[in-house]
Amino acid sequence: MLYNFTLSVMNKIFNFIVCSVLVLSTNLHSQEIVLKGKQLFGNLKARHIGPALMSGRIIDLENHPTNPKIIYTGTAGGGVWKSENAGASFTPIFDKHAQSIGAITIDPSDPDNTIWVGTGEIWTRNSVSLGDGLYKSKDGGNNWKKIGFEKSERISSIKINPKNSNEVYVAIMGALWSDSDERGVYKTLDGGKTWEKILYVNEKTGASDLIMDPKNPNILYAAMWEFRRTGWGFNSGGPGSALYKSTDAGKTWNKIHNGFPKGDLGRFAIAIAPSKPNLVFAVVESKENKGLYRSDDSGANWKLLNSDFELVVRPFYFSRLVVHPTNPDILVKGGFLGSTSRDGGKTFKTLGQMHPDIHDVIFDIKNPEAMYVGTDGGVYRSWDSGTTMEIVDNLPLSQFYHISVDNEEPYNIYGGLQDNGSWYGPSSSPGGVEARDWKRVGVGDGFRVLKHPTKNIIYSEMQGAQQVWRYDVDKNFTKAIQPLPIKGEADLRFNWNAPMAVSDHQPNRFYMGSQFLHVSKDMGDNWKKISPDLTTNDPKKQDKESGGISVDKSGAETHTTIFTIAESPLDEKVVWVGTDDGNVQVTLNGGKTWENTVSNISGLPKNTWVYHIEASSHDKATAYAVFDGHTTGDMTTYVYKTIDYGKTWKSIVTDDIVGFARNIQEDYVNKDLLFLGTEFGLFITTDGGKNWSRFTNEMPAAAVHFIDLQKQTNDLVLGTHGRGVIIIDDISPLREVNQEILAKNVHFFNTKPAIVKEQGGFGGGSTELQFVGNNPSISGKIIYYLRKRHTFGKMTLTIKDQNDTEITTLVPGKSKGINIVNWNFRQKTPKVAAGKNRVQEGFIAPRVAAGTYKVVLKKGKKEYTSAITVKNDPKSLISNNDRIAHRKTTVELFNDMEDLAYLVYQIDTYIKDAKSTLKKDAKFKKTASKVINKLQPLKETLVVTTGDLYVEEAEPELREKLSKLYGEVANQFDKPSKAQLENQEVFETQLKKAKNDFEKIKQKEIGKFEKIKQNKGEKSLQILSKQDFLAKK
Amino acid sequence: MKNLTTLLFVFTILFSISGNAQTADEIINTYIENIGGKEKLESLKGTKMSGNIKMQGVEIPIELLFTNEGKQLVTLEIQGNKTDFMGFNGEVSWKRNMMNMKIEKNDNETTENLKKQAMEFPDPFLNYKKKGFSIELIGKETIDGTETFKIKLTKKPLLENGELKPDTVYYYFDTENFVPIVTETMAKEGPTKGQMVKTTISDYQEVDGIYFPFSNQNSLQTIEFKKIELNPEVDPAVFELPKSK
Repeated sequence: MLYNFTLSVMNKIFNFIVCSVLVLSTNLHSQEIVLKGKQLFGNLKARHIGPALMSGRIIDLENHPTNPKIIYTGTAGGGVWKSENAGASFTPIFDKHAQSIGAITIDPSDPDNTIWVGTGEIWTRNSVSLGDGLYKSKDGGNNWKKIGFEKSERISSIKINPKNSNEVYVAIMGALWSDSDERGVYKTLDGGKTWEKILYVNEKTGASDLIMDPKNPNILYAAMWEFRRTGWGFNSGGPGSALYKSTDAGKTWNKIHNGFPKGDLGRFAIAIAPSKPNLVFAVVESKENKGLYRSDDSGANWKLLNSDFELVVRPFYFSRLVVHPTNPDILVKGGFLGSTSRDGGKTFKTLGQMHPDIHDVIFDIKNPEAMYVGTDGGVYRSWDSGTTMEIVDNLPLSQFYHISVDNEEPYNIYGGLQDNGSWYGPSSSPGGVEARDWKRVGVGDGFRVLKHPTKNIIYSEMQGAQQVWRYDVDKNFTKAIQPLPIKGEADLRFNWNAPMAVSDHQPNRFYMGSQFLHVSKDMGDNWKKISPDLTTNDPKKQDKESGGISVDKSGAETHTTIFTIAESPLDEKVVWVGTDDGNVQVTLNGGKTWENTVSNISGLPKNTWVYHIEASSHDKATAYAVFDGHTTGDMTTYVYKTIDYGKTWKSIVTDDIVGFARNIQEDYVNKDLLFLGTEFGLFITTDGGKNWSRFTNEMPAAAVHFIDLQKQTNDLVLGTHGRGVIIIDDISPLREVNQEILAKNVHFFNTKPAIVKEQGGFGGGSTELQFVGNNPSISGKIIYYLRKRHTFGKMTLTIKDQNDTEITTLVPGKSKGINIVNWNFRQKTPKVAAGKNRVQEGFIAPRVAAGTYKVVLKKGKKEYTSAITVKNDPKSLISNNDRIAHRKTTVELFNDMEDLAYLVYQIDTYIKDAKSTLKKDAKFKKTASKVINKLQPLKETLVVTTGDLYVEEAEPELREKLSKLYGEVANQFDKPSKAQLENQEVFETQLKKAKNDFEKIKQKEIGKFEKIKQNKGEKSLQILSKQDFLAKK
Repeated sequence: MKNLTTLLFVFTILFSISGNAQTADEIINTYIENIGGKEKLESLKGTKMSGNIKMQGVEIPIELLFTNEGKQLVTLEIQGNKTDFMGFNGEVSWKRNMMNMKIEKNDNETTENLKKQAMEFPDPFLNYKKKGFSIELIGKETIDGTETFKIKLTKKPLLENGELKPDTVYYYFDTENFVPIVTETMAKEGPTKGQMVKTTISDYQEVDGIYFPFSNQNSLQTIEFKKIELNPEVDPAVFELPKSK
């Protein structure tokens, strides 16, 4: 451990030596042991591919009070990110905890270390996630401790007395979907150990903001907001909403409404001018006289200044008001486009071009014109007071509602994003999955995106199925195909996130769900209803005037709709439909008759949203139903299984699961292997739901909205609502997990034959500040289970051929649980002749031929063996004879390299001996000099002996030329070209001649020298045999 | 290895005695005791560790030389050339430029930081208080599938672009054996700056009464030692800035 620092200094240089030749080898992370996670998963880990080109919703930005380089970002569903380079790039620091963030506050007395995070976003749209309390870090965000308020759901503000770190105020907005008394303003005087509720209105009203006078920490302003959401409506405002002030550190509070409109009010945006604390602003939501109010006497009197659209639009979504830190006339209001005033709020202009929906703004603490803006599409930087905006390119916060995959190679992932359209992108791409790899296939909010099973056609949609598109990729042609109301029949009710489905049986079949199930035989050109209204059609849940004080009609609250459609992969007549108002409908005859089976489920509250139905691919009577009650305030996990078309249902939930669930994926091979996505991450069972285990290896506690399993690769693909697409490559080892295996000390999992992919593209056009998703490893995989972590004694992993000859040694994984070790199909690198400088090609090892190889794991004295089969790419055009020719030449050149190395070793050894003998005794002058004079010129034809590796490079000699050819041939896949073979002949002739020349010198000059040495009683020189030389490490 | 069974036995006894309520100091004391004891470690004057550095199938022989005065020398053997790669004589630190293979002085911050770290030999936890370090038990955490105590070690601050920044390393001590199996530290530069760099430690083996981890691996490379020599005889000149190499 003492050498840690030294190693980090060395790393850079060492990487430099090796990296440049091995860019095409992709197992950069091959031997990485993943360190987090449950004991079973070992180093099976997730891979993030973003995208970040359309980032995600930002809730709160926070800057360090004295260091302008440090900025924190709290996101709607992607946790907390920290920048230490003034917003150039960000790193996630909150992955183990709830990813929905309400407020971040840095302790002004200890800004490098103490950071508070209140979870639960506060811009309460229909699709908001949940928080689970208040957290504190004492080391700049490396470690977090939960302080409490587990039921708070949403925390809007944290204020710390700048003179006393232990005095902290927390504003809790509280539950959105139900009554709750964990709301209001709380205070601690002991750093969070104990709390006192100091301001509370009622169980419908929460604290939506809290600000502290920067000069006098006893003065506080608290905005209280009455609000409520249901599955079918939203209300902002009521008698509970009010603005309060305390001048005695929260002991007493008074309403400060002098000048505000009368009647019920809604949400407030409040701000105090940091440079002039008597100046306070408030944006008031009201039926009459809504707008921006100003008070120059600390809230005693208010005057309405302005009711511009940007100031009053959607208060539930945009209620952030920020005053410039040094100039009290400059303020910025979050809004649809965001707006800024330079005259103390009298007039406003909109901010520069960026993603709409502006949620927070901070100003740089040193540069008065620089600012950062948080939007629905990520963080933007501006250097000119918000006129020009530049996006942060490395925040992969995309909020997927749904994802699906196709069967291409590499397969693509399709999905729709909150306020960011519909997209598809590849699971891997040369150089990594970059922003430019993603293609847009829809605008508006994106939801479900499905690939036609056989044609190059993609279905996508926007909110409420206002448009459903059929996009012909090859022709770049789009057609709107949504089902429309028919004369004389009911209006259609589509969910905000309207369901669609394709069929495994009929490629052109396409389903959509309104309150009816619609089916098309011709990819959406013509539609037929195949069901009656499958919902409760409850008129009470069909409110069209949602919003409360400010009407908010967006279609987001359309209820009593179908939400999920599942056609059985085994029988096209069996179709399941789930509705947002709690019906589980099934037809066994392609829609002729329907049965609502929800009443057969026990323990489920009535009308609980059916989020997903998974029709089993093992048995047509089997299905899984996932229910989400969070829109009624019910956060319970509900997952049920039926094996008789819904006649009976059984819960498969255990206490291991955290959070309400949205999606389940059944494995195609092992029916007991199930994957469950909840509000707080991914859960896996290998025994049909008896036990669940949270998957945490590189997997944040993000809301998983949809899961798909790619059939060819066995990759589990997760659509998260805040961290983009996350993939767990090849989950097949989990299929084998059972009690017998778990009891073994070491168990090798069966692995598919490893395919040597014939790839060698370039790719990689991103800058270092752009997010690039990792590619999967294309190496062969050796997967084993260790019952115990290997800590003491030696452990090795060796690949041998069938004759027990060692091919290479790998670095074994040593975790308890599943270990995955990658092998890049290469044997060892050749021994290279010693010259003045290194040759990069010397770090290239030949690829092994296709075949079966032994895998030998040694742990202490015990040995465990397995096998790995290596196959050539079945898609390759290279013939078997060509492969044999390639392998033959590679081996010949490899041997030439080593022959040359041995020759140079011998020459060097003789020269060295002659020189040292000469130095010792002048009597040897004649004979020794002859040896040197003969050998040195020979050596100089074999390896470079001068120059450097850059602009002072020496002219290449045999080693340099031979290495170049060897490296080229070893790295290619096809047979050597004629030119290469001719080139080989040139070098081999040269090598042969050099060997002959050396033999002659050995016979003559060296022989003479050795003889004289012998006569004078000197010891004769010991030269290693070739075998020993090659074996020496 | 002959003492391993005994050692493991001792671990078990210690663990059962100390029960669940561990303090950071108890963990560190047990660790120091288990790897060889305070006296033994204090008497160590230097180590010479040789083995291979492995990266993407490439193996390069490496030799690391450390002394209790903080001197160090890293030697690599690249394609038959054994070359000093970096060194530090307690005052001046240097490295080899990989383009022209000539020796260059390290930047002054690197040297200053090496000076600050001189006292870490042979183990930062040995007499950590005297060194001005502090430790904190963060809690228990499962890592590498194994239950561990997470301990935060705060060393003397290091220079980073002219500013003194805390030098913190998180150690995960196996709760069964009380030896670290993973360390984490924040990357201070490069594109991963601000991210935790994890090093996995294993293959502990005994060398003349002291246990050393013979395998250290991070996401990019692994160092596997073959031989560790205690108190090697070393010509102090090797640590000096080479004149015209």
